[in-house]
Formats: sequence, structure tokens, C-alpha cells
Amino acid sequence: MSMAQKKIGDVLLKVDNISLSFGGVKALTDISFEIREHEVLAIIGPNGAGKSSMLNCINGFYHPQEGTITYRGAARRQMRPHEAASQGIARTFQNIALFKGMSTLDNIMTGRLLKMKAGLLSSAIYKGPAEKEQIVHREFCERIIDFLEIEAIRKVPVGRLPYGLQKRVELGRALAAEPSLLLLDEPMAGMNLEEKQDMCRFILDVNDEFGTTICLIEHDMGVVMDISDRVVVLDYGRKIGDGVPEEIKGNQAVIDAYLGVQH
Amino acid sequence: MSEKSALPDGRDPLGRDTIPKFLAYNAVHRRDLPAMREKDLGIWQSWTWGEVAGRVRDMAGGLAALGFRRGDKLAIVGDNRPELYWAVGAAQALGGIPVPIYQDSVAEEMQFVIDHAEVRFALAENQEQVDKLLSIRDRLPRLEIILYSDPRGMRHYDQPFLKALDTVMEQGAAHNAAHPDFFDAELAAGSGSDISIICYTSGTTGRPKGVMLSHDNVVRSANLAIAFDNITARDEILAYLPLAWVGDNFISYAEATIAGFCVNCPESADTVLQDLREIGPTYFFAPPRIFENLLTTVMIRMEDASGFKRRMFHFFIGVAKRAGRNILEGKPVALTDRLLYALGDLLVYGPLKNVLGMTRLRLAYTAGEAIGPDIFDFFRALGINLKQLYGQTESTVYLCLQTDADVRSDTVGPPGPGIELRIDGDSGEVLYRSPGVFVGYFKDEAATAETKTPDGWVHTGDAGVFTDAGHLRIIDRAKDVGRLTGGALFAPKYVENKLKFFPSIKEAVVFGHERDHATAFINIDLGAVGSWAERNGIAYTSYSDLAGRPEVYDQIRTCIEQVNRDLASDSSMAACQVKRFLILHKELDADDGELTRTRKVRRRTIAERYGTLIEALYSGQDAIAVEAKITFEDGRTGTFRANLKIAAAETYTPMRKAG
Repeated sequence: MSMAQKKIGDVLLKVDNISLSFGGVKALTDISFEIREHEVLAIIGPNGAGKSSMLNCINGFYHPQEGTITYRGAARRQMRPHEAASQGIARTFQNIALFKGMSTLDNIMTGRLLKMKAGLLSSAIYKGPAEKEQIVHREFCERIIDFLEIEAIRKVPVGRLPYGLQKRVELGRALAAEPSLLLLDEPMAGMNLEEKQDMCRFILDVNDEFGTTICLIEHDMGVVMDISDRVVVLDYGRKIGDGVPEEIKGNQAVIDAYLGVQH
Repeated sequence: MSEKSALPDGRDPLGRDTIPKFLAYNAVHRRDLPAMREKDLGIWQSWTWGEVAGRVRDMAGGLAALGFRRGDKLAIVGDNRPELYWAVGAAQALGGIPVPIYQDSVAEEMQFVIDHAEVRFALAENQEQVDKLLSIRDRLPRLEIILYSDPRGMRHYDQPFLKALDTVMEQGAAHNAAHPDFFDAELAAGSGSDISIICYTSGTTGRPKGVMLSHDNVVRSANLAIAFDNITARDEILAYLPLAWVGDNFISYAEATIAGFCVNCPESADTVLQDLREIGPTYFFAPPRIFENLLTTVMIRMEDASGFKRRMFHFFIGVAKRAGRNILEGKPVALTDRLLYALGDLLVYGPLKNVLGMTRLRLAYTAGEAIGPDIFDFFRALGINLKQLYGQTESTVYLCLQTDADVRSDTVGPPGPGIELRIDGDSGEVLYRSPGVFVGYFKDEAATAETKTPDGWVHTGDAGVFTDAGHLRIIDRAKDVGRLTGGALFAPKYVENKLKFFPSIKEAVVFGHERDHATAFINIDLGAVGSWAERNGIAYTSYSDLAGRPEVYDQIRTCIEQVNRDLASDSSMAACQVKRFLILHKELDADDGELTRTRKVRRRTIAERYGTLIEALYSGQDAIAVEAKITFEDGRTGTFRANLKIAAAETYTPMRKAG
């Protein structure tokens, strides 16, 4: 495989001493870690460890009470999700958030929204610049469809698709934004073995072909250990491990967290 | 343009004796007509004959620059992509021999073919196929160069013997520019007696054999078939059947090049039905299971339609069954039926054909297995000219072709143009002599001598009879025809085909040779039985769970009893009635060696693997425990345990056929 030759670059995103609480519930406590360019970073941890909250902080959906997030050298406390998106952060969701009544192609096209310039009026008239723009974006989306091997469902409303394919469409929509950082929230939950293998291959291909940095949350340890360059472990909102998969496998705190030792 | 038609023996009046010579002709005389289309990025891309000829020329130059010489073999493995068809032309233009390999072969199967055919050059469609080739490369010392056409995922492969097809074609263009007479000289050096292709037959027994067909075989057979069915440059086909199957090479490459019609390659294997609808081919070839699947899908969707639509559908399908075939065959039909049929065409048949992509279809063939009479009649009733064809790789695809005017579901038609057929008096085996008779099996003199008699007759291995109308009816493989202990003829496939005509039965294997009665293994069709179970509120978890349900056994028993009743009415087959049966816990699968890649039952393998089950069928037990090692799609293996029920079916006393 190509993993050995992969060049991991500089720090892309740095999380410093993040704390997040909802009323009296502390979701995240004093968390720091880095995501480097071109790497596949997995965030793991038992249920309720704060993994999804962490992703929500990174893409600006939650605003941590303490700490800073530095993305491409610029530190920030508060950011709106659409700002994160325009800066090249795209994500998928744990409970698929697609437009159920729209086709696969249209869903993926929505991922291009931030790149489209045509206004309401020119889009309504369509001829001219709006048409040209549409063709360029459609071609881009068709490349994603080809890449994800979903040609057969191009025009099917996503609500009619099985779960595994919907996950793939959601990945396609995230890719349409040409992200430099891709956040995947449990991309393989509820999939059978074959679907998981396909998804692993797509994640590695995205990482390899487009050089996209990937930060994913996943419960399947086999998958995590296979495809990640580095793993961050959370438990009860605290970071208890950070390292390459081999280190994490041998980390006592991690083993305890998963096997349920008394806290 | 005026085309001279082929001579009565299938030879070309212009003396074109290899297929690349026809391509060179098309490059001039049909230069701007579409030759190929492929759907890419959601849009149909097309190439004219002029462009195709240019690509083939570049590819040939590239191959020659890499050291490909007259007589060399080029293995080709992948889906139906234009480049792969061009590669066939390029290899042939240089006097080389294409050896197509089934794209779903596992690495070991590929290894056998590449090794046996002494292949030096291989063309793989994509990374998946390259990976398979790389995994066996150290066992293939003769294999020098692997070309690949799709560069995706190949960035980190830096082996010097791996070459991108695009690069090779660029080098080929340069090579041709430097040697301007090279290609035409190579083309002219080819002759009709050269081998045009080696097709490895999947073979229901033993290792595959490499059938060598000469250009003469292919050109003459294609010319005769083109004249027989009036195929022209205006026809359109969808190329979706495996390249390694002789029929695809014959239709999508040879006939297409000779007649000059356009070949459309689907976007992916999953989109074939959508692409079919978009292209609307005029000429279509499909094995019976495709028509079966189409019919099943239509019927299942009609079950879910509103009551009004459902009633309308069934009413007009009734009209079509009564009148459609006669209208198609130009026979007299009552005026009321004719009017109703026209209305039905407007309301039901037309829209249905449109959905199926069959609106423009004027010629459809099915072959490979017997087709169920209900399925066959359904499509003909809709006004689709579906016909049966019988043949084999060794005969260059066809032996019998049904004529437009006389089509029956239970025979394969009269001998095709240029074909002499006879039936061996003792064994009942069908023998033939024709322009398409193959040259021989590659590196297998013994097998060639066994199949081809010195005076040119070839054994088909099939047992058949001629009907009074001069049509051939195939009963079974000659070697599978056995005897029951009572002395009666036992033709397992004849019975199996009758069983498989029921939508709920996907596969059947019938035993009875040297036994006192017949028994059967059944594979249910998960789609049909599953949807039936859903409608009747029967819950199930998996294939094996559903297969073991008593309700399913009852349903299958009804099917078997109907077949038994049918067999009882035919005195020669009455003894073949199935007395006891069981439903297998798993689907028979080509990956387990139980079926061939073309989905024919491998009787011997099954008899060996399931010997204990067969004994149980004859021992009077009513259940048997099985423990099977199964291989999952991802290569993992597991053990499966189940208790299979064995059930009895009613048999009937033979009677004279009524009417």
C-alpha cells in the first residue's frame, strides 16, 4: 500500500485546552490535540465521551466556553458553521442529514453551493453564465459520482436508498465542497462488512488522491486501527490517549475505558 | 451507400478476410457514422468509425513498439469498455490473438488461462484487475507486460512492466508516424486462416479449453447471420455481456464491424437497465435469466400498483397473450382483438416497452439455456421479436436460428444458414458441419480429435431430436442423459428446466441416473419467494431461514407436482417425475465451483459435495443435518449448520397426452 510513502505535513488545525459544557454537564474538559495535513485522524471513545461534541466544536456548531481552535494559523473562539464551510471544512453526520426528497445528484450539487456565483435572477433565466456555471459544477459532481461508484443511483431520491448508500451520498456531498479538512461522524455505523470495506477504501482514496485531511469518529476498532495514522481517545470529556494505532492498542487507560474499570 | 451483400458461403465479395480489414473499410466508407458510445460522467460520449480506426491504429503501433509480434497473445480482462474492444482490433491487426478473460474470474482461474495460452501481453481494465494479475505474476514467467486502461488508483504502482494504455497509444502514434507503412503492411499480411480469437469455454467439467476460431470462421458466420436477420449499419446494440463470452465478441465486435452498426457500452454493470432504456437498442441479446428478471420485476411492481392500473394491466396482457403473437407473426386475428391490441399498445404495451428500453427493438435473441414458455410468450405478446438461438463456442456462436415467421418456445428452430445438422442414431447426439466450425482446441490435440471427426463433423455433446416441422429440440447434455434402474430414459436438465420456469425456483438439480426414481435439490429465488413471504406476513432472517420454512416447502411442492403432472403426460419422460426433494440451505454459486461462470450447473461437483444429501433423499429420512464450510464474498470462511427437511411430492401415473 501507499501508506508508507504518505507525507504528513504541518499542523492544519490545533485544538488548545477546549472546555465545553451545557449547563452543569461538562461535555469536554481541557482538550488539546492537533490535526496534521494529509493525515487520517480517528477520534474514539465510549458512548458519551464527547466525540461528536468535539467535531461540532471544530466546525463551529458549538462554541466552547474555554480554549481556542487554530485553523490554518488563525486562532478563533467563535465561528459559524457556514464560515467553517467556506474555509474548507466539510462534514458528514452521525444520523444522515440529506435532503430525502432530492436525487443523489441534486444532493451532491448542494455541496457546491458555496462555489456558485450566479444570482437568483440569472439562475432563473438560466441561459448564459448561469448555464455555464451549472455545467462546470455538474461535471465536478459527476466525477464524485464516478469516484464513489454511485452512477446507478444518480437520479434516485435519496430517501429511497438503503442506509449504506445514503452514507456514501453524504460523503459525496461533503467532497463536493472540495474540503481541505473532512470531518466524518461515524461513517460506518450500521453498515455490513462489505459496505464497511467499500467505505474504508473510499476514505483512503480521498485521502490519497485528493490529499484531503480526514478526522473521523468510529466505533469499529478494526477499521480505526487499519486506516488511521493517529488516534485520539476521549473518555468522559477528557483526552486519555493520543498516538499511533499501535500505541493506543497497548495504552492501559484506553483499555480500562473500554472495558469499564471503575472511575 | 451501396453495399455488396456477402456471397452465399458467407465470404466477402470485396475479399476482406479479417475483421480489421472491415474496420479499415469502415474508416473510409463510414468515417463519420457513430461506431461506439460509452456513458461517462453521465453523458454518452461517441466515437465515429474514423476515430475508432485511429485508436486501433495507435494501439497497434504501441503494442508493436513494446515488442508484440504476429502470433502473440493479448489477454484482455475487464468490463465492456471501448478501449478493450479496440485492443481486440489492435491485436488482430498485428496478426496477434486476443484472449479475453471473464472479468469476475478469481486470480487462479486467470492464471490457468494466461499460462495455458502462453500470454506475453495482458490488458487490464482497472486497478482491481491489475491487482489480480500482480498476485499471480510470479507464477507466470511468460507474462511480460501488463497494460491498464483506467489510471485511477494506479499512481503508486511503479513496476516497470506496468504501462498506462494512454501512454502506450501516444507512443504508438509516434511509432506509426516514424513507420508510416507499418500498419497497412501488417493489416495486409493477415489472412482468413489466421486465428482471430481464443475463447476459453467455461466447461461444465474439468479445466476450460481454448477454442480457436479463425477469421474465416468469424467473418463467414457473421456475414451469414447478418444476411439472415437483415442487420444493417442503422442498428444499435448495448454491449453488456462478458467480453470473454464468444457471443459478445461475435455481436459487439465482429458483426458490429462487418455490418457497421453502433455499439453502446454501459456506464457500469449496475446501470445496464437504465442505459438500455436510454439507448433503446434495435438488436438485443440476453440469456433467459435477464428476460426472467425483467418479467419478475414488472410483475412485482404491478403487484404494488393501484387497483385500477393492476386491472388494466392484467386485462390487456390477457389480450396480448391471445392476439399479440399472431399479430407479430402476421397470422389472421379477429378485428375486435386487433382493435383491443391497438388500444393496449397505447395504454400498456407501449409505455411498458419504453420503460424496459425495448421500444425500438426489432430483433432480440436469447440463448444459453432453455427459456420458460411463459416468459418467452410474454415478450412476444408485447410485440417484441424475441427468438431463440442454439449454438456453442465451437460453432462460432450459432447452429440453429429461429425464423421470424415460425417461432416456438419449445424448439430452438431449424438449422441456421450454412449449417448442416444431423442426429447420431445411437446416442441421440447432435452433430454439425458449418463454415463456423472451430480450428481446434489450443494445445489440446486429443480433445480436438475427440470432438471433430476427420470428415468435419463436430460433436455438440447435446442430445436432441428433430420435430416434424424440422426444428431441433434439445433435451439435455448427451453425457447427462442416463437411465433409471427401470430402464427408462433419464434427462435431468429437461426436468430442471421445467422446474426453473417457476419464478420461485432459481436453480434445480435433479438426480436419478441408476436409481429407481428421480429426486431434486431446489434453490429458491430470494427475490420472488421473499416478496411472496412479505405479502403473506412470513418473517424470515436469511436465505437459509426462508428456505427452511414449511410454507416455502409447500409452495415448492406444488410446483414440483405440477411438473410431475406435465411429465406424466409425456410417455418418454414420465419416469423422470420427482418423488422427493429438499431445498438447499445456500444458493449454488460460481465462486464455490458449483455453477460455471455462465451459470450452468456443475453436476459432478455438486454430486461430490452434497453426496450425503443425495443419499438422504434416497434413504427415506425426513431430515438431515448439514454442516458446510462457506466462503463469504470478502474471502472469509465460516461454518454453517442446519437441519434440512426432506419432503415428498405426489407423482402421477403416465397417461396419453390429451389433444
